[in-house]
Amino acid sequence: MTLPTVSDPMVDIPLSQPLVDSPDTRGSNLMEAIRLENVGVCYRAPSERIPSIKEYTIRWLQGKIKHREFWALQEVNLSVMKGETLGLIGNNGAGKSTLLKLIARVLRPTIGRVLVRGNVAPLLEYGAGFHPELTGRENIYLNGALLGYSRKQMEEKFERIVDFAELWDFIDAPLRTYSSGMWARLGFAVATDVQPDILIVDEVLSVGDETFQRKSADRMQEFRNRGATVLLVSHNMNLIEEMCQRAAWLDHGRLRAVGKPDEVIQAYRRSQA
Amino acid sequence: MDSLPVYDSSRRGMPALEELRELLRYSNLVIQTARRNIVVRYKRSILGIAWTMLNPLGTTLILSFVFSRVFGGASSYAVYVLSGLLCWTFFAQTTSDSMHNLIWGGNLLKRIYVPRTVFAVSAVLTGLINMVFSLVPLMVVMLFARVPIRLTMLILPIPALFLAMFALGVGLILSTIAIYFIDVTEMYTILLTAWFYLSPIIYRKDMLPQDYAWVVHLNPMYYLINLFRAPIYDGRIPVLSEFLVAGAIALSTLVVGWIWFSSRADDFAYRV
Repeated sequence: MTLPTVSDPMVDIPLSQPLVDSPDTRGSNLMEAIRLENVGVCYRAPSERIPSIKEYTIRWLQGKIKHREFWALQEVNLSVMKGETLGLIGNNGAGKSTLLKLIARVLRPTIGRVLVRGNVAPLLEYGAGFHPELTGRENIYLNGALLGYSRKQMEEKFERIVDFAELWDFIDAPLRTYSSGMWARLGFAVATDVQPDILIVDEVLSVGDETFQRKSADRMQEFRNRGATVLLVSHNMNLIEEMCQRAAWLDHGRLRAVGKPDEVIQAYRRSQA
Repeated sequence: MDSLPVYDSSRRGMPALEELRELLRYSNLVIQTARRNIVVRYKRSILGIAWTMLNPLGTTLILSFVFSRVFGGASSYAVYVLSGLLCWTFFAQTTSDSMHNLIWGGNLLKRIYVPRTVFAVSAVLTGLINMVFSLVPLMVVMLFARVPIRLTMLILPIPALFLAMFALGVGLILSTIAIYFIDVTEMYTILLTAWFYLSPIIYRKDMLPQDYAWVVHLNPMYYLINLFRAPIYDGRIPVLSEFLVAGAIALSTLVVGWIWFSSRADDFAYRV
C-alpha cells in the first residue's frame, strides 16, 4: 500500500457519488455525512498594524492597504461517511481546527464547498459559555440554548444530564464553587446529551479523572454504535489508532494523506523524523 | 426517509433573511441570554433582583431633588427629565452592550455557530426588561410630583418598540464597525456624552436659543424621546405624524443596520 503524496489525488476517498443536496433526490445517497470539495480558507490580515481609523481611511483612499494572505487550508478534498470515525492529525497550525470550524459552520470557506448532512455537535471546549455566577441548573439551560435547543427540549434532557454528570448535590450551587473536574463533567454531559449526527471532538478527552474519562469514552462508543459520525482531533496517536476507522493527515493546510490510521500515522511520523 | 438538515456552504440566500431565520430558530438563546444578563448582575447582592427597581429609584430621587430644589423648577419637571432619561439609558446601554457582547462573545463565535445577531438582540431585550422595571419608580415619582398617571401610558409599548428598533439598528451598525476597529467602543462613549446633551432630556427644546433649534431636529432621538414622553408627561396620545416620523426613523435604521451587519457576519469569525 502506498500512501498518496501531495501530487497524487486522494485516491482512496470514494468520490464517485456526489452528495445530492436537492430535496427531491435527497434519499438517493444516505451514506455521505461530510464532503469538502476543493476547500480553501484564507485569512487576510493587514500586513502592518494600522492603528487608527484616520490612518486607515487615508491609506484606503490611496489604495495602499496591503494584506498578507495566509491560506490555513488549501485544496482540501475529503469525504466522511455516515457512522465513520475519522481522526485528524498534524502539527499545530496545520489547519485541523480550521477544518473543524468549517464543519461546525463557524467559518465559511473562502473557496470551495462544504456540505454537511445532519446536526453537528461541537465538543470543542467544555463549558465554553458557562457563567460562574449562575448555578449548575441555570448553566445547563443556557448552554442548551447555545447549542440551539428550546426550553422544552432542555427540560426533557435535564435529568439525564445531571445524572450523567453526577452533580445532583451541587446543581443549585453557582458554578464558581465547582472544581474544574466538575465543570468539565457538566460541560461534557450537556454537549453529549444532544444526540448529534456528527460529533466534533477537539483534544478534549483528557479532562476529568480516570472514571470520567472512561465514561466519556463509553459515551463516544455509544454515539458510534448509534451511527453517529465522529471527527476526532488528537495528538494522541494511540487514541487515533484505537478509535478511528480512518485518519487524515494535515500539513500546512494541505491534506497529505487519508487512509488507515496506522499507515497515515506512520507516514506522519516519518515526516517528523 | 432522510430528513436530516443539510448545510451547504455554497448555497447562499440573502444574508439578511437567513440571519433572521436563524435568529428565530435560536430564540431560546436570546431569552436565556437576557435572563442571564439580568440575574447575573444582582446575583451576589443581598437584595438581588430588587435592585432592578431600587437602582433607578435612587437615581430618580437624586434627580428629582436636583431639578426641583437646586434648579428650582416645578416638581413636575422631574417627571419630564425622568421619562427622557429612561429612553436615554435604554438607548445608551443597549447600543454599548450590543457592541461589547459581540466582541467579548467572540470566543464563543470561534467555537460554535450561533446567529451573530443574538448578541445585539439579547442586549435590546435585556434593556427592555430593565425599562419595564424602571417604570415602577417613575410612577412613584409621578405620584409625588402630582403628575397624574393617565391611561395614555398604555400606549407606551409602541414608543418602546420604536426605541428598541432604533437601538438595535444602531447597535448592529456599531458592532460591525467595532469588529474592524475596536477603537469605536471608546469613541462611542465620548459620542454618547455629546449626544446626551444634544438631546432634549434635561432641558426642553424651547429653552434653546432659536438659532440652535435646528440641531435638535436633526437628532433622531428627539423624535423617539418625544413619542415616549408625551403619554407620561403630557398625558396625551401622540398624533399620527409623530408616530409616523418616529416609526420611519426606527424602521429604516433597523433595516440598514440589519442588512449591513448580516452581509458582514461571515467575516466575524475570521476577525474577532
